[in-house]
Amino acid sequence: MAAQTALRTEPATPARSTAGARIVRRAFVVRELGIVLALALLVVVTAAVNPRFLSAQSIKDLLLGSTILAILAVGQTIVVVSRNVDLSVGSVLGLAAFATGSLFVASPNLPIPVVLLAGVLLGAACGAVNGALVAAARVPALVVTLGTLYVFRGIDYSWAGGRQINAANMPAGFLWMGSTAILGAVPYLALFAVVVLVVAGLYLSWYSSGRDLYAIGSNPSAAHLAGIPVGRRVFAAFVVSGALAGLAGVLHAARFGTLDANAGLGNELDVIAAVVVGGVAIFGGSGSVYGAAVGAVLLTTIGSALPVLGVDPFWQRAAVGALILAAIGLDRALSARLARRLRTRRGGRRA
Amino acid sequence: MRERTRSVLGSWDTVVLVGLVLVILIGAATVDGAATPRFWRFVILEVIPIALIALPMTLVIITGEIDLSVASVLGLTCTAFGQMWAWGVTSLPALLALCLLLGAVLGAVNGLFVTGFGLPSLAVTIGTLALYRGLAYVVLGDRAVANYPPQWTTGAIRPIPGTTIPWTVLVVGVLAIVFGIVLHATPIGRGIYAMGNNADAARFSGVSVRRTKFWIFVATGAMSALAGVFWTLRFASARADNGTGLELAVVAAVLLGGVSIFGGRGGLVGVLGAVALLATLRNTLQLAYVPANTLTIITGSLLIVSVVGPNVAAAVRERLRRRRSTTSTTESAAG
Amino acid sequence: MRAGTRSVRAVVLAALAALTLATTACTDEGTTGGGAAPSAGATTIKEGLKITFLPKQVNNPYFDTSDNKGGKVAVEEFKGVYAQTGPSDTGASAQVSYINTLSQQQVDVIVVSANDKDAICGALNEARQGGAKVVTYDSDTNPSCRDLFINQATAEGIAKSQIKLISEAIGPDGGEIAILSATANATNQNAWIEMMKTELAKPENAKLKLVATVYGDDNDQKSFAEAQGLLAKYPNLKGIISPTTVGVAAAARYLSGSSYKGKVQLTGLGTPNQMRAYVKDGTVKAFALWNPADLGYLAAYAAGALASGIITGKEGDKFKAGKLGEFTVGANATVLLGDPFAFNAGNIDQFNF
Repeated sequence: MAAQTALRTEPATPARSTAGARIVRRAFVVRELGIVLALALLVVVTAAVNPRFLSAQSIKDLLLGSTILAILAVGQTIVVVSRNVDLSVGSVLGLAAFATGSLFVASPNLPIPVVLLAGVLLGAACGAVNGALVAAARVPALVVTLGTLYVFRGIDYSWAGGRQINAANMPAGFLWMGSTAILGAVPYLALFAVVVLVVAGLYLSWYSSGRDLYAIGSNPSAAHLAGIPVGRRVFAAFVVSGALAGLAGVLHAARFGTLDANAGLGNELDVIAAVVVGGVAIFGGSGSVYGAAVGAVLLTTIGSALPVLGVDPFWQRAAVGALILAAIGLDRALSARLARRLRTRRGGRRA
Repeated sequence: MRERTRSVLGSWDTVVLVGLVLVILIGAATVDGAATPRFWRFVILEVIPIALIALPMTLVIITGEIDLSVASVLGLTCTAFGQMWAWGVTSLPALLALCLLLGAVLGAVNGLFVTGFGLPSLAVTIGTLALYRGLAYVVLGDRAVANYPPQWTTGAIRPIPGTTIPWTVLVVGVLAIVFGIVLHATPIGRGIYAMGNNADAARFSGVSVRRTKFWIFVATGAMSALAGVFWTLRFASARADNGTGLELAVVAAVLLGGVSIFGGRGGLVGVLGAVALLATLRNTLQLAYVPANTLTIITGSLLIVSVVGPNVAAAVRERLRRRRSTTSTTESAAG
Repeated sequence: MRAGTRSVRAVVLAALAALTLATTACTDEGTTGGGAAPSAGATTIKEGLKITFLPKQVNNPYFDTSDNKGGKVAVEEFKGVYAQTGPSDTGASAQVSYINTLSQQQVDVIVVSANDKDAICGALNEARQGGAKVVTYDSDTNPSCRDLFINQATAEGIAKSQIKLISEAIGPDGGEIAILSATANATNQNAWIEMMKTELAKPENAKLKLVATVYGDDNDQKSFAEAQGLLAKYPNLKGIISPTTVGVAAAARYLSGSSYKGKVQLTGLGTPNQMRAYVKDGTVKAFALWNPADLGYLAAYAAGALASGIITGKEGDKFKAGKLGEFTVGANATVLLGDPFAFNAGNIDQFNF
C-alpha cells in the first residue's frame, strides 16, 4: 500500500512545475473567469436599465433562487467529473422536501438540524442505490439514473397522494431561515451553498480520493490499472450527489413552504445545464465545482434579468439552450487549442 | 464486458416479446376491458408518436450517440404548424411538407454540432432540447391554436374500415419496415453497427462515420416533426408545451428494447416490442385502477432491470464458467 | 444469433400476430353505454351510478376539497360509486388518457374541470358516443363536447368582486396592478380576466391601470417566481390580483417575506386555510372564494340527475341538489352555484377548508 501511494504521489511533484501543467491551469482559470465575466456583464447591463435590479431585495431573490440550483450543481459536478451523470436529483429533491414537510407535520417542535440531517441521510440513501447499481452492476449511469428518476418520483407521488403541505404547517423558525437575509441581501440559505461549495472544492483538489475522480473521468481503464478503487470512488460520488440533493430538498421546503409531490420536477436538466455552462466536461476529467456554481448563478440571473431588460420571458429557455451550445463549443475549442500547445511544447523540448 | 452481454442481449428481443404476450394474455383474462378493440385503439393512438421517434432513435443509440432534443423538435413543429395555420396556410400537404423540412433542419443542426464540430451528443442535444423548446415558446407563447377543420382532426385518428385501429398505424408500420430494412439488410446498417462498436475501425473499413451519423440526426428530426404533426391533429391543439418529457419515454423504450447505450447492439424488433409493452402495460394497469404513481415506479424499475438483468446474468454465467474450468487464463477486461 | 433463439422469436411473433388479429379483427361492437339509458321524466337519482371526478390536477388542495369533500359526500348520499382520478400536471393533453380509460371502464358520468378548452374535446365526444355523460365544473370546455357545466359564479360576479377588493386595498389613489393567473389556456381564467378588463374600463375604476398578466401555471414554484418577476419589473406596482388558489398563496408567501409586504397589495381567489397566516400578518387584506366543497357537491348531484334522466341539460330543467336545495339549468346548459364570498381578518376563523 505504501509503495502504491509513493508511486502515485511521486510524479505529482515534478508535474506541478512543468510548463504543460501551467498552461492547463491557465486555461482552467480563463474558463472560470469567462463565466464570471459573463455574469458581471449581465448584471451591469441589467442594472443600467433598471437600478432596482441591484436593490437588496433583488439581490436576495437572486441568491435565494440560485442557492438550491448551486448545491445541486456541486453534487452533479462530482458525479460528472468521473464520467457519469445523475438524472435523479430532481426526484430526490422532491422526496426530501416532502419528507421534511411530513416530519414537521408529525412533530412541529423538531429542531432544524435534525431535519437537515434527516434530509441529507434520505438523499444519501437514494444516492447509494444509484451508486450501487452503477459501480457494482457496472450499468451506465445515464440509464440507471433515468430509471431511478421515475422510481423515486413515483414513490414521492405515492407517499404524497394528492396532499399538499402548507406553509402554515411548518414552524416559523424554519421558514424564517428560508427567506431572511443578513443585511437584507445575503440570505442564510446562501450560506449553506457557500459552505457546501468550499468543502467540495477543497475535497476535489486537496484530497487524493477527490483527484481520483478526475482520473476516473479521464480514462477509467488507466485509473483502474493505476490502482484507484474505481467502484468505491464512483459509489461515493453518487452518495454525495444524493446527499446534496437531499439537502437541497430540505432548503427547498424552507424557501417555498408549500410542498406537494411535484417539487423539483424537471430540475435535472437545469442542473446539467448549469454544470455544462460552468465548464465541466460532460465526458468527465475536467471542470470545477466553482465553475458549476457560477453557472448556476448565471442561469438564475438570466431568468431574473430578462423580464427586467424587457425581453420577452419566453426567450429565456431559448437563451439557456444557446448558452449551453456556446459553452460546449467554447470548451471544445479551448481543449483542442490546449492539446495542440502541449503537443508542440513537448515536441519542442524533445528537439 | 461486451462479450459477456452479447449472448444474453441477442435473445433480449425474445424476452421483450414474450413479456408483451404475457401482459396481453394476463390482462385480457383479469382486467375488464383490456385487450378489446377499443383498448387497442387507445393504446395505438398513444403509441404512434413514441414509435415514430423510437425508430430513428434506435439508429442513433446504436451508433453510440444520443438525441435528447426529440420532444422539443416535436413541440416546435407543433407550434410552427399552429402558427402557419393561423397565418392562413390552409393546405395540409403544404403544412406537412414544411413541418418535415423544419424537423430535418433542426436535426441537421444537431448533426452539424456532433459530426462537424465533434461535440458530445449528450451535451449538444441537452442544449438543443432547451433551445428548440424555447423557440416553441417564442413562436406561440402561452397560447394554443386549436381551430383546425374537423376533417383533419378526425381524419388523423379515423379507424381502418372494419376495425377500431387508426389508419395512421399503417404509416408507422411502413416506416418501421423501411428502417428495419436499412438497419438489418443494407451495408449502411452494417456500418451503423460497426461504428457503434468501434468508430475508428469502422472508419478504416471505409464506413463514412460522420456522414452516416449526420443523416441519422436529420432523419431523427424529420420523424420527430412527423410525430409533431400527428400530435397536433390528434389533440386538435398546438401548444408550446406539447410533448414535454417525451424524450425520456422514447429513450426508456429503446433501452428496454435491448439497444445497448454503449452502441453496437440491439434491433428494431425489440424496440417496437418494448414500445408496445410499455404502453399496453400502462393502459392495462390504468384500467385495473392501479394509481399512476405505481405505473411510474414500474416503468423506472423495468428500465433498470432491463440493463442490470443482462449484466447480472452474464456475471453469474462467467462465475460458473470460471469455477468449472481448471485453468483460467483469460481475465475479464477492466470494464 | 443462435438458431434456437431465432425459432423462439418466430414462434412468439406468430403468437403475437394471432393475438392482435383475434382481438382487433372484429369490428367495434355496438357499445352499450355505462348502465342503462336514462329514462326521461324520472324523479329520483338511480342507485349505483358510477361517477368519476377528473380535476385539472390531482395534487391541488382546491380540487381535493371540491372532489373528496364535496363530490364524494354527494355521491355517497345518493348511493352512487365515487372515484377521483387525474394528472399531476396541468398540461392540455394530460387529461386525455384518463378520459379514455374512464370511457373504457364504462363510467356513467365524467365530471371534469378542463385544462384546455379544446384539447380534450375529441376524447370527451368519444366517451359520450360510448354512453357516458359529461359534466364540466370549475373550468368549462367547448360547449359542444359536454352535457352540462357547473359554474361556481358568473364571470362578471368574480371580476367585480376582485376589482372591488383590490381597489379597496390599494385605496382611492389607485395605481398600477397586475394579474397572476394560472395557465394561459384555462377557460375559466380567461373568462374572468376578460370581465376584469371590462370592469376596469368603467369610470369608477379609472385610477387602476392593468400593466401585466403573467401565468403561474397553477405551479407553486412558478407562481412564486412570477410574483417575484412582477415586482422586479414594475417598480410602481401597487396591487396584484391572483384569481387562482395556488397563485394567490404563492404570491402571498413571497410578499410576506419581502420588503414589499404591506406596500404592494394582494387579493385573489384563495382558500381560508392557505391564506389565514397572511391575512393575520397583514400581507393580504381580503380575498374571495366560494365553497369548493359546495361546487363539487352540486356537480355530483347534477351528474346524478343527468344520468338518471331527471334533467337533460335543457334551459329551465330543475333538479334538487341535496342540502343545497333546488337548482335550475340556465342558458347554454349552465348551472350557477352562487356569488363569491369575501374573506377577511374578521371572518376567516369561521372556516376550515
